[in-house]
Amino acid sequence: MVTMLDQIFVLLKHWLVSFLPLELQTPVSVLISVVAIIGTFPALFALTTVLERKGLGRIQNRIGPNRTGPFGILQPIADGIKSLTKEDIVPLSADAVVHFMAPLVLVVAVFMGFAVLPMGRNMELVDMDAGLLFFFAIGASTELSVFMAGWSSRNKYSLLGAMRAVAQMISYEVPLLMSSVAVVMITGSLSLVKIVAAQNQYTWGLPHWYIFTPWGCAGFVMFAVAATAETNRSPFDLPEGESELVAGYFTEYSGFKFALFFLGEYLGMFSISGLGATLFLGGWSAPLQALQFVPSWIWFFSKVMLSIVVLIWIRGTLPRLRQDQLMNFAWKFVLPMTLLNLVDVGLWRFLGEGWIRWVVCSVLMLGAYVLMARAGMRQEHFGPRRYRYADS
Amino acid sequence: MSVVFYLLAGVTVLGGLTAVLLKNTVHCALALTVAFAGLALLFLELDAQFAGFAQILVYIGAVAILVVFAILLTRGSETPKDGVFSRTWMAGLVVAAAVFAGLGWAVIQSAQFLPHETGAPPVVTVEQIGNALMGRYVLPLEIVALLLTAALVGAVIVAMHEKGDIK
Repeated sequence: MVTMLDQIFVLLKHWLVSFLPLELQTPVSVLISVVAIIGTFPALFALTTVLERKGLGRIQNRIGPNRTGPFGILQPIADGIKSLTKEDIVPLSADAVVHFMAPLVLVVAVFMGFAVLPMGRNMELVDMDAGLLFFFAIGASTELSVFMAGWSSRNKYSLLGAMRAVAQMISYEVPLLMSSVAVVMITGSLSLVKIVAAQNQYTWGLPHWYIFTPWGCAGFVMFAVAATAETNRSPFDLPEGESELVAGYFTEYSGFKFALFFLGEYLGMFSISGLGATLFLGGWSAPLQALQFVPSWIWFFSKVMLSIVVLIWIRGTLPRLRQDQLMNFAWKFVLPMTLLNLVDVGLWRFLGEGWIRWVVCSVLMLGAYVLMARAGMRQEHFGPRRYRYADS
Repeated sequence: MSVVFYLLAGVTVLGGLTAVLLKNTVHCALALTVAFAGLALLFLELDAQFAGFAQILVYIGAVAILVVFAILLTRGSETPKDGVFSRTWMAGLVVAAAVFAGLGWAVIQSAQFLPHETGAPPVVTVEQIGNALMGRYVLPLEIVALLLTAALVGAVIVAMHEKGDIK
């Protein structure tokens, strides 16, 4: 009974496909999985918009939407109708083809990232040998759509926003990949299914999730920071800050194209939270051995929604980082820490089982963090700003 | 040669052609990205997963962005007044055709020296690539890493020198 509930979607799909002749079974099965993904994640997106507006409202000591339905839960329907019926304004001198294709490229690239995430036991769309590499390759393609949007609008604010966004995304791409390489080193495979299977073991009832190791904890923090910057979320949302750049690279988009950009951004948040849950939080495995009767897909989506709630929380709490602070943080702090994390993983693997490796690895990461932070703070000159071009 | 191969080859060649023939430089860069994507899909069609995804990650995710930044930060995005083709295009075409013919002859001639393998090509996993890189090909790997480090240090020095001038 427990296994049937756990595998209920897989069994449903097999039952639906069994009515068809043998040649059609594989394509239709893939089609059903794709339709399920396209249906589930935008529905979660609608839920998240309400969650975000109410949550931010409460953090900022106001109520948030409460007119449409009880507690504002029908707000996404109102938003959807509004964005569908707004006039689609394209500036006269804008590059029409590129302007049209930018939101499409973003949404297609983001949806493709969901293909390798294992959302439950046996519930991944494709089990690729190089699954993690596929995810990062597709994620790198989203930067191109940001640039296309900013450049084709023929608007100085859009262009500035696009350049800042692309610079930020490239800078944080490196720590994102390096912190995932630590997980790949320990597991010995790029396949996300094998990474989850390696974490699905229990000692004294507690799971082997990588976040419960010193290098995994540090790696998860760095992955979270890099993921927040990759999806342009506050405190890294200078490219789209409302008070800074009008709306950054999607200033000139209205109506449904703006809704597509919004959808693409939030789906990017979901997919990278899903990846973080898979790499560090054990994917679909339960937190305690006793809780394994709960279906695996409930655990996966709970972890994703928890990450989303933390992202919304951080958005409401922390102030925005300036562009040069952002870049300094990426290249001078996070990147050296990720490289040190790789050394840490190597030490963990080769010191053998026992308490020694816990102490050595924890001291290494914590000590490096404190020393680097102190060194970084000593170099800050808190005097009057010197300008490169404006003084001469 | 299957339909998929012809389709992908058509996309790649079309991307390359439009990258040369279009007037707007940023459109050319985007068409070049389509050509890169076509190449990556050709790798994937041959079951070379790692090569295909690395092509997407490096070429589309980094090289295309770099090309686009270079166009943005210089004044290359304006269409040049006297057209995009040089006057000696015939000579260029002859030289390119000669080089292509030479390379094609060399590749076709070398096919007879390959061991005669029957059956399906072996499935190469990422683990095998990793073992090969760290075992047999570790010297080329380290040399390439040294080259990349030299390029990185050189880029930083060029950028730093500019900052020292202003002050």
